Amino acid sequence: MIRYILRRIVYAIPIAFGVSVVCFSLVYIAPGDPLQTVMPPDATAETIAIVKHAYGFDRPLPMQFLIWLGRVVTGDFGVSIATRRPVFLEVSEALANTALLAMFAVPLAFFTGYVMGAVAGSFAGRWIDRVVTGAAVVGVSLPNYWLGIVLVIVFAVEYMVLPATGMGPSGSTAFNLAQWSNVQFLVLPVITLAMIPIGILARTTRAAVAEVRNQDFVQTLRAKGLSEWAVTRHVLKNAMPQVMAVMGLQFGYLLGGSILVETVFTWPGSGFLLSKAIINRDVPVLQGTILVLSLVFVTTNLVVDLLQSLIDPRIRRA
Amino acid sequence: MPLAEVRDLYVRFVTREATVYAVNGVGFTVRPGEVLCILGESGSGKSVTLRALMRLLPARRTQIRGSVTVEGQNVLGMPRRALRDLRGGLVAMIFQEPMTALDPVYTVGQQIGETIRRHTGCGREAARRRALELLEMVRIPSAARRLDAYPHELSGGLRQRVMIAMALSCSPRLLLADEPTTALDATVQVQVLILLRRLQRELGMGMIFVTHDLGVAAEIADTVAVMYAGRIVESGPVGQILNAPAHPYTAGLLASTVHGQSRDRDIDAIAGSPPDMRRLPQGCSFAPRCPLRMAECRFAVPEPRFPVRGHMAACHAVAHSSPATQAAVTPTVAGSRATISAR
Repeated sequence: MIRYILRRIVYAIPIAFGVSVVCFSLVYIAPGDPLQTVMPPDATAETIAIVKHAYGFDRPLPMQFLIWLGRVVTGDFGVSIATRRPVFLEVSEALANTALLAMFAVPLAFFTGYVMGAVAGSFAGRWIDRVVTGAAVVGVSLPNYWLGIVLVIVFAVEYMVLPATGMGPSGSTAFNLAQWSNVQFLVLPVITLAMIPIGILARTTRAAVAEVRNQDFVQTLRAKGLSEWAVTRHVLKNAMPQVMAVMGLQFGYLLGGSILVETVFTWPGSGFLLSKAIINRDVPVLQGTILVLSLVFVTTNLVVDLLQSLIDPRIRRA
Repeated sequence: MPLAEVRDLYVRFVTREATVYAVNGVGFTVRPGEVLCILGESGSGKSVTLRALMRLLPARRTQIRGSVTVEGQNVLGMPRRALRDLRGGLVAMIFQEPMTALDPVYTVGQQIGETIRRHTGCGREAARRRALELLEMVRIPSAARRLDAYPHELSGGLRQRVMIAMALSCSPRLLLADEPTTALDATVQVQVLILLRRLQRELGMGMIFVTHDLGVAAEIADTVAVMYAGRIVESGPVGQILNAPAHPYTAGLLASTVHGQSRDRDIDAIAGSPPDMRRLPQGCSFAPRCPLRMAECRFAVPEPRFPVRGHMAACHAVAHSSPATQAAVTPTVAGSRATISAR
């Protein structure tokens, strides 16, 4: 088991490196010049050259990459072109705000989606399965920016029970989870964010549970005299690795922040930061954000792999 | 009192598209310590009959009619709670595929222990000790180590031994075995068969053993029932059935096995193929393939006939012996009936 863990961790290193290469080069593949947005339109070629040199944009790409990577591993992501603040601060603040949303959206989505899927899978083909599957399709199909706007119209504009946007009076720096005046700002974005993962998870869990239920060993369990509840426990454990793979992905997405949802609710999270960085062509911020989010994904997948192997010993041999 | 008695058992699988008539009026008895072998090819209803003894068929799609009693208990009519006590307790089952019949994410010790705790209510430690005893009883080498093994870490033969240990964990009076050796290598087959036979004798269990292998039946059975298209077409003591089959289907089965014919002769196969269980022929189901077919075979399902006392064959071509012996052993007398319909 320990050897398996070490092997998985070693595998994660080249993936992380590859991710950093892609992050770095993506920005250069995209059309446009980062300096266009910060330089006045009438700047002379000489000025442009000086600024380019100052940012290191005049060096060959592999050099730029190595310099960038060297700084990154020491925690220096450079300085934002738009705000002139360290990228590390920008990214970590935004990530903390997104994590605040994820902290509520993840349990909500995982619990609801899993329970829905487990029930539907256990009663595959019956009316409750059809209801849940139908609801899951709706959840997956609703564009979440649209859902966000509708929720704002209903609960903020019509009934005025919840705030529409932002993080409230204390802002992002002193957000207090113990005060309703702060927490109420979480409600609508969390619900909006959770909707798609609920649908995806419900469908995955349903499929996994229904498939396991059809396997031969379930009949053995019944022949042992186990109750339906005890049989279901076996089925759920067998279905868990499949479900966890999807949970890992969804966890990554939620922690990555949704550009659309955070824009609708003007929530200063990583998705919001990313969209600002794209609009401003703020290359250092863009690189830093994408890199950090990618590493979150890589780590999540690693953790999921290890948890899966803990449940199903057959995975360890692969 | 017989250990298990099945009378007029009918099983139908009903789906929107079709109704499959899987078992059509099966009856037999098993005495304590007796081994009944149900012989038949795939789709003859032998496994379905076996599952009906534990009511293991999917309740929603299955219609069961007839009566099944084990130690005087009405299996088809009992409430679910009592049924769960019966399953794995009084009656236990061994399945065909040891590869897929065990839960892959629990150790074999946990799976055996779970059965023991379910039926005896003892603690984890006691269940584990008992599981170890059972693994030793089924002759699993280094049993203590294998207790913590997962099914995928064991060979097919060992897995089937684990299945047997699990089935025997609560000392059942009746053991149901659904082709337990079919999925195993030939050498392992023999070992498992010998083990089963030995344990059955030592523990004095009744056993119903389903197989399509005549050799296996000869090895293990006291009595044999041959099934075709959901009916028992011939039954009786094993020696009688295998040496002097009365039903043309049984005779065909025997002729189609390898038993020292010269190599340049083709093995006689039964012509044709088994009937479509959704549309059974009106008369004898075997008539379309039968070499002894007569006019009446097409219209009437043959009544049981007894060429020798205790030897039944449902065939129009078989001559009756004296009527007195019939009455004594006729297996299908209308008895108490219970109906299980869709939940």
